[in-house]
Order: sequence, then structure tokens, then C-alpha cells
Amino acid sequence: MTTPYQQGPRPGYQQGPHSGPPQPHGHAPGDGSFGYTSPIPARPTHLGDAVASEWTKIRSVRSTMWTLGVMVALILGIGLLTAAAVAATSDDVGNENVLILGFFGVLLATMCVITLGVLVISSEYGTGLIRSTLTACPSRGRVLAAKSLVFSLVVFVVSTVTTLVTGALQVAVLDGRSPTGEEWFRSTVGVSLYLAVLGLLSLAVGGLIRHSAGAITVMIGLVLLPLVMAMFMLSESLTWLREAMFTYSIPAQLSVFYGSDVSLDSVGSGPRGWEPLWIMLVVTAVAMVGAYFSLDRRDV
Amino acid sequence: MIEVTGLTKRYGRKVAVNDLSFTVRPGVVTGFLGPNGAGKSTTMRMMLDLDNPTSGSVKIDGKHYRELSEPLKHIGALLEAKAMHGGRSAYNNLLCLAQSNRIPASRITEVLDMVGLTSVAKGKSKGFSMGMGQRLGIASALLGDPEILMFDEPVNGLDPEGIHWIRNLMKGLATEGRTVFVSSHLMSEMALTADHLIVIGQGRLLANTSMADFIHENSRSFTRLRSPDRERVKDALDEAGITAVEGTGGVLEIDGVEPERLGELAARHGIVLHELSSQRASLEEAFMRMTAESVEYHAHTGPDGGGAPATGWGSPGWGTPAGGGNDQGKGA
Repeated sequence: MTTPYQQGPRPGYQQGPHSGPPQPHGHAPGDGSFGYTSPIPARPTHLGDAVASEWTKIRSVRSTMWTLGVMVALILGIGLLTAAAVAATSDDVGNENVLILGFFGVLLATMCVITLGVLVISSEYGTGLIRSTLTACPSRGRVLAAKSLVFSLVVFVVSTVTTLVTGALQVAVLDGRSPTGEEWFRSTVGVSLYLAVLGLLSLAVGGLIRHSAGAITVMIGLVLLPLVMAMFMLSESLTWLREAMFTYSIPAQLSVFYGSDVSLDSVGSGPRGWEPLWIMLVVTAVAMVGAYFSLDRRDV
Repeated sequence: MIEVTGLTKRYGRKVAVNDLSFTVRPGVVTGFLGPNGAGKSTTMRMMLDLDNPTSGSVKIDGKHYRELSEPLKHIGALLEAKAMHGGRSAYNNLLCLAQSNRIPASRITEVLDMVGLTSVAKGKSKGFSMGMGQRLGIASALLGDPEILMFDEPVNGLDPEGIHWIRNLMKGLATEGRTVFVSSHLMSEMALTADHLIVIGQGRLLANTSMADFIHENSRSFTRLRSPDRERVKDALDEAGITAVEGTGGVLEIDGVEPERLGELAARHGIVLHELSSQRASLEEAFMRMTAESVEYHAHTGPDGGGAPATGWGSPGWGTPAGGGNDQGKGA
């Protein structure tokens, strides 16, 4: 009885019925190594390759484009509608910063950012694609970093351009004073940074929960629940908690970028300036570390 | 070369994979056989570092999976056919993988051509049939032209032409000197493709042997005899010192005696025979006997409660569709 082990590589392999261009035989004769060596040159890969891969994933799915489209439509549409409504009802906007009218559109756009951020990672668990991704790139850190980079950049760029255009149109529609440079910067770049980091938080939660619907629900709850709950905390003893929830809720934090003062008596001075962004960054960093360990330790 | 040492996986109190050790060598197709729930897929996922073993280790060419810098050029795996994003085209699905491993885009067209999906490369993979999904999965395994290939139940959902194609593909890949590791729960399928066999049941290693040895050891050969004059046949056999077992339907089964000798014996006694044939027990049955105690999901349909059927020696149902008969004779 022959044991097929000792046969080793034999040339002359005929491919199946669909064989395309002849496949080169990679095993170099007489190199002493047993087995097959691929003729495709092996070049060390780095984060850039993973980023390229993630960019292909984002751009090649229509739902991404749809979600981003809705996000642009919300910021632009609601921003312009509010401006038009204000222009129709009041004669004089006086010394107000008109860019603040962009707030409602951006607030609704957070839903798109959350959805997309969660889906970037959880959809891979839904389809089983995550297994292909991690067999192709076993470094969990690299996969997470590439996803985060590509997604946050996409959100930041789209949001910055959209808020800029919306702001310019609002200023044009309403004949008020022109906003200062800082007001412009905070309501475009600042808001977009905040959205991008909120998106990263969603991505991290998506990686922790691994279930699209569940993670989206958690994130929407995080945005809306503090406000809703605060409304029903009527008891005197809960005043402090109620006001803290108002002040630190995501919508209130977002409004800080438009110059609103969210300080309430019992809480003292609420976050101002760029503080909401730092708060969000810290929360996201913690969630991201959790997502990394989850990806690294848990079975896929 | 894949080396598995003491691999164990526990889910709570349940042991899915129990102290598995084996080596998968290059140049041959190694079949990984076991009933449903035996731990085949869990083992394969641990080999790819997707699941963490409770204990034990897997080395790919002497390295841990995470130490491979561009893993697709070392090892290609087909785990689930539908592990693709439905909204993405076949080409883009492969492009994501290729980019992460610096595989030139020209290779994508090459593998799509190899698996016969060129005409639907730009179409969404959502509309793919199971067989097409399986082919796309095989394309992604071949993408890096790796020296190790791993296929989890590759013939699932393929049409006969596709099954024939994947068998030839696997044999061809092994002939080129690659390591080919393929799981299946069908012995008949393995008999046609695998050169080496690793059998597991309830996570434990049951056999690690060459296919030829497995066939030799596990297929019982006997002679089947049928006569209208059964009592006289029995007497004649007794006289000659041959023991016969009574089978179903008035058939006698005789172990270890050639039909020639029995025919001559019958002729000497002037007994009429209606049948005299040489039989071989199917490999499928040998496999079922081996895994009988370790089958996790028994179907309770027959009076014997499923598991290994009591009858069915040499029944034509197993292994015959593609010349299984020839293969069964290989060990003789």
C-alpha cells in the first residue's frame, strides 16, 4: 500500500473546466523546501493597505451612499427651511448669529451618523464577512484603526462641506450681521468633528454589541433618552440630576458649538467652548478600548 | 503544513473540541471528517485564529496565525459561502480582500475566471445562488495563490458539474505541492478526493490514517450466497467447516471464503444457486460505526433508533453516484 505522503509536488496539474490563464507553477525545483511557493510577490502590508480595503468596502455599498445622502439632505434641507421660516416671520434678525439655525438639521443628521457608524462594523458580523476580514488581516487593532480612520474622515469631510454650504446660504437668505470667523469655524469644523467622534462612538458600540439593530438602538437611546427622562423628573429632590442630564445630553452639547449657554443653576457652569468635543473624545476612547479588547479576545 | 497540538475548546461545560492533535501535510488532500456537530468548523475557526482555543495551539508553517503578515498568501479558506456583503459585487468583495494583502487587482480577474464567475463579476452577490456563492468563496480562498487551502464543506450547494470541478481542483492543488484541508460529513465524498483522513467525533480524534489504510481496515468483504435449497447449502458448508451468517431474505453471508470455492462446493453437491457474489461493506457504514457513539443529533425514526443501520451491507446507496464502487475496491 502506498502512502501518498512521499509523493511530493508533481508538475502537470490540469485545472478545472473554467481554467483561465495558465497558472504559474510556483515551486522552485531543487530549492529544498517542500510544498508550494506562490509566484505572487509577498510585500509586507501596513495600515495603508487595510485603509484601502475599508475605503473599498464603504464606497462599494449603496446603503452607505444613501445614508450619507440623507445626512446631507437633512442638514441642507432643514437648515434652509428654518432660515426661510425665520425670514418670513421676522423682519429683523438683528445681532443674532444666523448659523445657529443649522442646529436642527445637524441634530437630525446625528441619526445617520449613528446608523452608518454602527453598520460599518456590525454589518460584517451580520453577514459573516468579519471572518473573511480577520483572516485577511489578523491584526484586530489594524482592522479597527482602518475602519475608524476611513469612516470618521468620510463623515468629517461630508459634514464640513455640507454645513459650510448651508451656513453660506443661511447668511445669504437672512440679511443679518455676518458671523465672525470663530462662529464660522465652530459651526462647521467644530460640529463636524463632534459628528465624526459621535460616529466613532457608534462604531465602537457596534463592535461591542455586534448586532446592528441593537447597537443602533443603544446609540439613539444615548442621544435622546437623557432629554426624555429629564422631562419626567419632576420631583424636587431630583433637580440636580435633571439639570445635569439636560446639560450633558448630546443635543445640548451639540448646541454649545452654536454658542448656546447650557449652564443651569444647580449644575453650575456647563461645558462651553470646545469642551463638548473633549468630553465626547474621552467617552469614545473608553468605548474604543473596549471594542478593541472585545475584537481581540472574543470568538468571532 | 498545519500543526495542531492539544487543541481544546470549551463552551461553558460543553467540550466542543477535545485535545485534538494532528498534522496536515503538503502534497495531499487531507479529509476532515465527522458527523454534524463533531467540532469540524470550530476546529477550522481556531486554525484561522477566529476562535480562541481554551488550550492548545495551531501553527501555520511554524507560525501562529497572527504572526503572518499577509495571511492570504499563505493560507486561503472557504468557511461559509455567504460570508460576503450582498450589496457588493463579486469583484468588489474580492477587491477588499486583495487590497488588504497587497494582491494585484489582475489576480481578481484571474480567480474569477478560474471559478467561472467572470460574467457575473460586476453583479451584486445578493442575487447569487448557493453554488455561485460557494464559487465566490473558493475564489477568495484562491486569491492569494496560497500554499495552504482550507475548505469547509465545499461541495454544499454545488451541482454535479460543480462537485466534479471542485474535486479536480482540490486534487490539482495538492498535486502542485499545496496543503489541502477539506472538511465533510460525507464519507463517500472523501473517498473520492482525500488521500489522508482525519476523523473526529464529539471533538475527539477517532482516526488519523491514510485513505487507503482506512479502506483496507474498515471495509469488511464477504461472499453473498442465495439458494432455494438453503438447508442443504448449510449442511454442505458445515461439512466443509465454513461458517455462514444468515442474512435477510434467505441470504447467507460468508466471511473470508472466495466465491470460487463456494461455487465449486455447491457444484460438487449438486445444489442450485440463485446468487453468488463478492461483497464489500460500504465506507459510509464503516464511518458511521466509528462515529456511532459520538453522533450528537440522532434522528429517531426507525425501530433501531437511527445511528448506524443494522442492515445494508454493500447497499448501493452509498458512494455509488460517481464510481464509488471502484474506490471501494481500492483497498482489496
